[in-house]
Amino acid sequence: MRIYAAFVYLFLYIPIGVIALFSFNAGRHASQFQGFSTQWYGKALSNPFVMEALQTSLIVALVSATCASVFGTMAAVALQGTKGPLRTAFDLLIYVAVMIPGIVIGIATLIGLVTLFDQLNPVLAAIWPGGPPPQLSMGYGSLIAAHTLFTMALVIIIIRARLAGMDRALAEASSDLYATPMGTFRQVTLPLIFPAILAGFLLSFTFSFDDFIIAFFVAGSETTLPIYVFSSIRRGVTPEINAIGTMVLAASLLLLIAAQVLLRTGRRRG
Amino acid sequence: MNEAAYAPPSGLQAAKPAAGPIAELRNVSKRFGEVLAADGLNLSIEAGEFLSFLGPSGCGKTTALRMLAGFEAPSSGDVLLDGEVVNDLEPYRRPVNMVFQHYALFPHLTVAQNIGYGLRQRRPRPPREEIERKVTNALEIVRLEGFGGRRIWELSGGQQQRVALARAIVNEPKLLLLDEPMAALDRKLRKEMQIELQNIQRRLGITFVLVTHDQEEALSMSDRICIMRDGRIVQTGSPRDLYDRPRNRYVAGFVGSSNFFDGVAAAVSDTETQVRVAGGIMLSGRALAPVTAGQAVTLSVRPEQVRLARTAADGDKAGWDVTVLSRIFLGEHTEYLVKHDGLGEFMVLTPRQAELSDGPFNAGERLVAFWEAESALVLTQD
Repeated sequence: MRIYAAFVYLFLYIPIGVIALFSFNAGRHASQFQGFSTQWYGKALSNPFVMEALQTSLIVALVSATCASVFGTMAAVALQGTKGPLRTAFDLLIYVAVMIPGIVIGIATLIGLVTLFDQLNPVLAAIWPGGPPPQLSMGYGSLIAAHTLFTMALVIIIIRARLAGMDRALAEASSDLYATPMGTFRQVTLPLIFPAILAGFLLSFTFSFDDFIIAFFVAGSETTLPIYVFSSIRRGVTPEINAIGTMVLAASLLLLIAAQVLLRTGRRRG
Repeated sequence: MNEAAYAPPSGLQAAKPAAGPIAELRNVSKRFGEVLAADGLNLSIEAGEFLSFLGPSGCGKTTALRMLAGFEAPSSGDVLLDGEVVNDLEPYRRPVNMVFQHYALFPHLTVAQNIGYGLRQRRPRPPREEIERKVTNALEIVRLEGFGGRRIWELSGGQQQRVALARAIVNEPKLLLLDEPMAALDRKLRKEMQIELQNIQRRLGITFVLVTHDQEEALSMSDRICIMRDGRIVQTGSPRDLYDRPRNRYVAGFVGSSNFFDGVAAAVSDTETQVRVAGGIMLSGRALAPVTAGQAVTLSVRPEQVRLARTAADGDKAGWDVTVLSRIFLGEHTEYLVKHDGLGEFMVLTPRQAELSDGPFNAGERLVAFWEAESALVLTQD
């Protein structure tokens, strides 16, 4: 059993290790190691296309993670006060949103938005007062919307777990001590679930930043970092791609670890 | 947003007793789905008193408390605070504070921030110095001077309970509700806290309403006890009243311990009631409530009202021939379990002084047991 498990881990991590290793390759080939060098990191960071894609990815991840955290928190708190079949239905829908393959979200969002824009653009053109009317199209907006949809479900699940572990008497005690429902939320509920919100934000950020499949469908003319990497690979794998991959991996791991630490401390204190 | 409209008086002095009851339950019922948790409760709570709801779990005592706090609205009937109907008034608008069973202290705040929480909700918000002064004062009252900066998880169970108490009394509520506050403490600490709680109540003059299933706790602390069963109030009275004049067998069993002999009322007169118990034996006792001949009743004899002797030297009085089954030495008292052929087993509590002249008795010894007819109570079984 142990040997079997060891093989599973080797199979999973050796390719990742190889990518990280070859990102330090002095030569330009991905197949033979020709000495240690960090030149490809420098190349990647000075490549304007990489930097532009990175900027797009960061903006999309930041905005969608923020939206997901805000709306997810609101939904989780509201669901806490909901009972019966309505709650069951919402719970089910949230899990469906997490389970659904990214490619389905991507295609569905693409078709849905394109259809909507086709309907809206003529209307907009008709009622626009003077000047050329704006054209609604795929881009930042659709990327952020699709990523928010997907990551918000994660945030809701994380915060729901935290709320369920919270002593109901705390909210009652606050109400007993003259705090209005809004006051209770601000002074008791929010501080106690804050680690979970932050963890949800970091996870959302990571998922959005790393996402390729959904972005591939809905990005329109924008290029995120994963899309850039994908399109570069068609021109052959260079150590520069390895360097980008390694940096993305390191950043993602750091964020995931931070989220875990936050969830743990939150649980211990509460 | 409508903040708390209630503004309590300043300074932690004894609240002046208001005219009329400070809180009242008028025919209050509460239904949770199929369960009737409270069934026609009638009770008035006087300003400054220490009242306890006593009963087993599920008897509705916590529901009654939660309706006073405002966490539950009655299904029918009225809850009154200071003469006003408050059935649907939110908890944060009621001049009432609660000490929760597991304290419900805010883990993200310090001890001082927890205690000052209620004060900070007031509009207009009191100046910081005033809040600090009151918090310090409350910490002194519960003997936790210098603990203001501590975190909640650094405190022991007993200290947490004091903080919970301070957090409630600092607001000078008209009514302080305590939901089994001692349940999580060990026996020794519980005794200490009971005495302290009583002292604080006397000193501040705040009306306390305690919920407990511990009869000793209720008996030792309360001015009045409200005994509950199955959502109903069985009897309300002072501890002494409940002990001496229980309304039925349930109350007698819940307040103190007693020997019960089930039977049927045979002959009823103004002064004495004859009860036919197991084996056709006739026992006489005093009925506190009217009983009719043929009614199923229980004769109750407190263990300390039974005397044991080696010989039937008490003249004409009939004694019961008993055999000692066991003896437990309790210091001031000795508890004997004795058995009579017809009546079965019963308990006798003998004071140490009586032991010195005649006794102690050993297991297996044959003795005579006596009790006065007027110390035996004839109780209904409802």
